[in-house]
Amino acid sequence: MSEKIEYGTTGKPHPYHMVNPSIWPMLSAFAAGLMAVGGVFFMHDKGSALLILGFMAVLACMFFWWRDVVFEAVVEKAHSAVAKIGFRFGMMLFIASELMFFVAFFWAFFNASLFPVGGIWPPEGIVTVDPLGLPLLMTMILLLSGCTVTWAHAAILNSDKDGFVKALGLTTALGFVFLCFQVYEYTHLLFGFKDGIFPSTFYMATGFHGFHVLVGTIFLGVCWKRAKADHFTKDSHFGFEAAAWYWHFVDVVWLFLFVAVYFWGAGDAIAH
Amino acid sequence: MADHKPGFFTRWFCSTNHKDIGTLYILFSIFAGIIGGAFSMYMRMELQDPGVQFMTNEDGSPNGQMWNVFITAHGLIMVFFVVMPGLIGGFGNWFVPLMIGAPDMAFPRLNNISFWLIIPAFLLLIASALVDIGAGTGWTIYPPLSAKLGHPGMSVDMAIFALHLAGASSILGAANFITTILNMRVPGMTLHKMPLFVWSMLVTSFLLVLAVPVLGGAITMLLTDRNFGTTFFNPEGGGDPILFQHLFWFFGHPEVYIMILPAFGIVSHIISTFSRKPIFGYLAMAYAMVAIGFVGFIVWAHHMYTTGISVNTLTYFTVATLIIAVPTGVKIFSWLATMWGGSIIYKTPMLWAIGFIFLFTVGGVTGVVLANAGMDVVLHDTYYVVAHFHYVLSLGAVFILFAGWYYWIGKMSGRMYPEFLGKVHFWMTFIGVNLTFFPQHFLGLAGMPRRYIDYPAPLLPEGLDWWGRTQFMFNEAWMQLHSWATGAVYESTITWGYHGWNFVSSMGAYLAGGSVILFIVIVFWTLFFGRKASDNYWDVEDKIMTLEWTISSPPPFHQFEIQPKVK
Repeated sequence: MSEKIEYGTTGKPHPYHMVNPSIWPMLSAFAAGLMAVGGVFFMHDKGSALLILGFMAVLACMFFWWRDVVFEAVVEKAHSAVAKIGFRFGMMLFIASELMFFVAFFWAFFNASLFPVGGIWPPEGIVTVDPLGLPLLMTMILLLSGCTVTWAHAAILNSDKDGFVKALGLTTALGFVFLCFQVYEYTHLLFGFKDGIFPSTFYMATGFHGFHVLVGTIFLGVCWKRAKADHFTKDSHFGFEAAAWYWHFVDVVWLFLFVAVYFWGAGDAIAH
Repeated sequence: MADHKPGFFTRWFCSTNHKDIGTLYILFSIFAGIIGGAFSMYMRMELQDPGVQFMTNEDGSPNGQMWNVFITAHGLIMVFFVVMPGLIGGFGNWFVPLMIGAPDMAFPRLNNISFWLIIPAFLLLIASALVDIGAGTGWTIYPPLSAKLGHPGMSVDMAIFALHLAGASSILGAANFITTILNMRVPGMTLHKMPLFVWSMLVTSFLLVLAVPVLGGAITMLLTDRNFGTTFFNPEGGGDPILFQHLFWFFGHPEVYIMILPAFGIVSHIISTFSRKPIFGYLAMAYAMVAIGFVGFIVWAHHMYTTGISVNTLTYFTVATLIIAVPTGVKIFSWLATMWGGSIIYKTPMLWAIGFIFLFTVGGVTGVVLANAGMDVVLHDTYYVVAHFHYVLSLGAVFILFAGWYYWIGKMSGRMYPEFLGKVHFWMTFIGVNLTFFPQHFLGLAGMPRRYIDYPAPLLPEGLDWWGRTQFMFNEAWMQLHSWATGAVYESTITWGYHGWNFVSSMGAYLAGGSVILFIVIVFWTLFFGRKASDNYWDVEDKIMTLEWTISSPPPFHQFEIQPKVK
């Protein structure tokens, strides 16, 4: 439209991956709808059966859909070089949208902590976590897992399968350890979920982060299984790279949580 | 091989074909548009005369909650289930791959889930209006009205999940568009050679990826406030109801550009095609959209001028908002400059496009008025605001839904629409919507608040039949206009208050509603009796050629199997 553009032909077939029709998108959508209706019922004391059913249906759809993708990648070798660039864009954008989701919760946190309703933050009566105790240890665990995932990446780039599997297994284990510590922390906190704005921002921000750690750990765990099954090669391992990116994203969100919510937001009333 | 279509179920329910999914989106958009339009017809019937005639409880008393449920359903349906699926899902899916010479979207399965997610989302939203007391929160779902306090039942939770699903659909779709546009253009098509519709979809998609998750976070907090005892928006627990407004409008303002930017893109093509000229200031047009998208993120609090935010904040948001008029002006004047000296052909799509430019400008001008915090304090939550956003959306985005349909239906279906009926449709709609919404400026300036089921007005004289009353009301409207324009003073001391313009507005709405019925007739006429469309049925000239005109109408099931390139 800018100037006269003449179109010709390259004379060659396009290099993209044309995907066959699939039932999973539609079923996933309906499963998500079922889960949403189940969620409403659950929240209004009408039982949790529909919620559980919907959740299982979502999990099943994810499993079968991704099984198809893995099949296309590993068996059909359908992912051309340009298609793999597309995956990178897709994963980057997904992470960008996840980041904006966390922006909402950080916004809520800073709104509450910079302009506290009672004039002080943390609010009176809240006994906070010592940031240099368990949270610092959790930070170290995540940072260490960042190292091991980079080790895994370096290993696969050097076609070192044993190192790859070992490093990936370690990363997954570290993610699991982090989650265990978070469960421990949640069960030992001195403020309850419903105790006002401090717990609201604390639990929702760290809780959604914990959920993302869970997802990332499962993602890495699946990659670990796939690594053992020889799905990845030096030149073709985007599934793992996506997991690594996601893991770094989870890591970075934690650093912000640690600095803002745990450290800066802790105030003086720290439990030791 | 190229045209081997799968069977019916596989083709329409398991689709990985961008054109089929685009068709599903357009059909859904039309269907949802009829439902959302029916809601508005019923509301205009209620407001036609003072008193509550239709929305009553069983004992005849006014049912204000029902009114609130109607405005909420109307707003959410039109935004999330008509304009977005139509412009982005429908035309975006159909024409982004065609224009950049791609065989399909980057992630065909994600494309399909983006479509199917809006089905349960829509069902949940409709259900939310029907269960318990319905979701009567307005599309902005502000707490505390949307909290347990205002809506204890299931309805608001259903609306929240409807938005979660629709939001997931939008984010996935947007990531798909960005990847497609950045990764799948034909060799030689640099960003600066990309058609403007593709530019508009690129900017729109970035807005979606960055804005929608913030709404997701906000409604998630609302959900936990309602059901799990958090206090994000509840002052009793140290929370802040204004926080919700910030989060909502941080999404909501980009959202209005999400609705209008694809329309900008389509208008550029139509104006260029029917003026037989390249678009004026192509690069400025592209970067104006980028600028609008960027500035759109930093003006959100102009929706919150009356919340008590500080004067400095008001000043900032006033200035930032006024700045948007600059790139928008670039676009309006460039469209006019494109038409200037062109040999203009007034086919139906061009009528819609010109109508769009005119009416969007009217809405833009009232937008400049409302951008000023000082003015907005007076006009906030009056019908002036209702008139403003319907001029930019209902007379802007929706006009381009129709323009795009008439422009591309030959390409999409292989059949041409009936030109005469298309023009009748345009004029009916044009007159109808202007009659509906122009008087609402007057109502707003006179202080009529929005979101009420009724308004105060003197009683009508007795014994007037329907026709007599119509004459009377138009006469009243005429007297007001005439005395305003000429200073003439009428002997009559009878004033009809808010009644006169509301009556006119309702009459206009019925005309616009009738035009929708005509549109449905045109759709079926086109599909069954339309004459065959040639490949390039608008005779788009070489100097403004885009790739969709180089292939057959309708295109083969998989196009561009041999990749084109830009010479």
